[in-house]
Amino acid sequence: MNKNSWILYIGILVFGLVAPFIFPAFKVQLSILCVLIVLATTWNIQGGEMGYNSFGNILFYGLGMYLCASVQVGMFFPLAEWTESGGEKTFVHTPSQFFQGMAAGLVVAAVVPTIVAGLIGYSILGLRGHYFAICTLGLGVAAGEISGGIEIIGAGQGFTTPPFPNIGGLEARGEFFYFLSFGALVLTFIAVRAIYTTRFRLILNAIRDNEDKAEAMGIETMKYKISGWMISAFFCGLAGGIMGGLVGYIDSTDVAFDGREMGVFMVLMAILGGKGTLWGPIIGATLFHFFKEGFWTFFLGWQYVALGVLIVVIVIYFPEGLMGWLREKYPERFGEVVDEADRKAQVELK
Amino acid sequence: MDFLVFQYPMITIQACLDGLLLGILFALIAYGMALQWGVMNIINIAQGDLVILGGYIAYFMYLYGIHPAWGVIVSPIIMYFVGIAIYKLVINKVVDRDLFISILATFGISILFMQLMNFAFGADVVLANSGYGTTMLFDNNVVLPNSKIFSAFISIVFAICLVVYMKRSKLGRAIRATAQNARAAKILGVDTEKVYAATFGINAALCGVAGALISITFTIHPYMGLPYTIRSFMIVIVAGLGNLPGVAISGMGLGIFEEFADYILGTEFRIGSVFLLLVLILVYRRFKLSRKREYLK
Repeated sequence: MNKNSWILYIGILVFGLVAPFIFPAFKVQLSILCVLIVLATTWNIQGGEMGYNSFGNILFYGLGMYLCASVQVGMFFPLAEWTESGGEKTFVHTPSQFFQGMAAGLVVAAVVPTIVAGLIGYSILGLRGHYFAICTLGLGVAAGEISGGIEIIGAGQGFTTPPFPNIGGLEARGEFFYFLSFGALVLTFIAVRAIYTTRFRLILNAIRDNEDKAEAMGIETMKYKISGWMISAFFCGLAGGIMGGLVGYIDSTDVAFDGREMGVFMVLMAILGGKGTLWGPIIGATLFHFFKEGFWTFFLGWQYVALGVLIVVIVIYFPEGLMGWLREKYPERFGEVVDEADRKAQVELK
Repeated sequence: MDFLVFQYPMITIQACLDGLLLGILFALIAYGMALQWGVMNIINIAQGDLVILGGYIAYFMYLYGIHPAWGVIVSPIIMYFVGIAIYKLVINKVVDRDLFISILATFGISILFMQLMNFAFGADVVLANSGYGTTMLFDNNVVLPNSKIFSAFISIVFAICLVVYMKRSKLGRAIRATAQNARAAKILGVDTEKVYAATFGINAALCGVAGALISITFTIHPYMGLPYTIRSFMIVIVAGLGNLPGVAISGMGLGIFEEFADYILGTEFRIGSVFLLLVLILVYRRFKLSRKREYLK
């Protein structure tokens, strides 16, 4: 790690810390952006680095969302009565109850999906290629459909998460959730960056490039695949828990297990930025969030049409993403040694 | 939980017959899926949305006073050209690429279609009433709408026509040759680009037939597409590519499974149980295959 990158990191950190005070109107948008970056970066661990393109990380995200809210309510009040009363506030959290519940809820929201990923990992990660993709797609949709039929978490009518306690109004709520999601982002970045400097990343890349050969080299691929997926699940659950509190309302298919939106978004963001790079998903998520907000503002009603077109265009014309394109254009910047004569010859050939 | 299924044999018979007739329709959609998967090696997530679009064509004829059964003729003709258009715009760019690219690209098409249909036809659940009446069996204990029998019959007719066409016609031979070895077919003068376009068009036409039948027998809704895709995918992996009797049998099996899941678990878990079944089948398949691999070791 050289001096320049330290300056970059500190700059981003400082910007992140002061951003809600510079742009007070965009606090919620910035919090959502942080959550999106967390999702894209962790999707990239198994989607980009390991080559297991999952549509099913939404499972952990939705699970985290429901778990966090349920723990937050269930610690102090009967859960069934809470969901039955719907939006009417028969029970009110005191500030300390709210924050304790949130802390406990986030821990549960991160840990339980990790365990779930570990348990189902052995069966699911044995699937290869498109079977894995479709299977995880099925998992996500099944989770949404089933959770929509369970009474205690609100079934079809949804689940209202505990409202933010009445201290400082909307401003305090926005700042709290912004710093929570920014904290999650910093945690994710540090963890992922640490992972990417170890042998673990090389093993994941070996699995992506040729799993059979990696196995023949004596790597216990299954162990590494499961741990890769568990890391993804941990951060997805955490992001889900935060997002549940931020949105304030959980619906089984429209908010939590929203495979049609969030489940595809995380894949798209990673692909837009460039799979298999540290910065790709972060840049991709930022760009995507701008695009998306633009669509949602200017093409209201047509946003899904625009989204569908965007998916097709990105996938067909930019499958390598922004980082892939840059890498092709400026290979020296990425530490690849380029033979000048060879490059000239290639240019002439073109 | 409803244990009536075990107490009243008539409900069991009802569920089996309903499931069989439904399953024949699923098999028709799955046949299209198997065709494009085998020939072009792509998985089309938008399959179900093509089905729903075909259904809306029949529904529109019904709205304008034409009997919706004619949709069975009109819908595939329109859908054939829709399929060709999709192929020319998107699919021909993803044919030789990674399978995941095709999954994601067709996912995009699926979202696009869903929303366009939502704009064009509204978000209501609709049904084209055929007015065929019902058939009563076993002392009026089992009720079968004639439209279901009609749709199963038409599906079988179309499936047989297609099988004969694939066996006898020149294009059918070209399609089969391309599926076996695209490169060799190209060398021998088959225009594979044309074959791919025709395959996708035929697939879309099959979806159109199935959709028209679904709009007569069941209901259609812009967001109902994905379950049909998943069902056809499931049927194809259970049966294996290019195994037509297998596709028919596993389609009917799936139909019966769904009817029973509907009775036993309740309607709200119907779609969920289909997706869970998919996961279970894939996991079962994975363990079966891994046993074989260890044996080889």
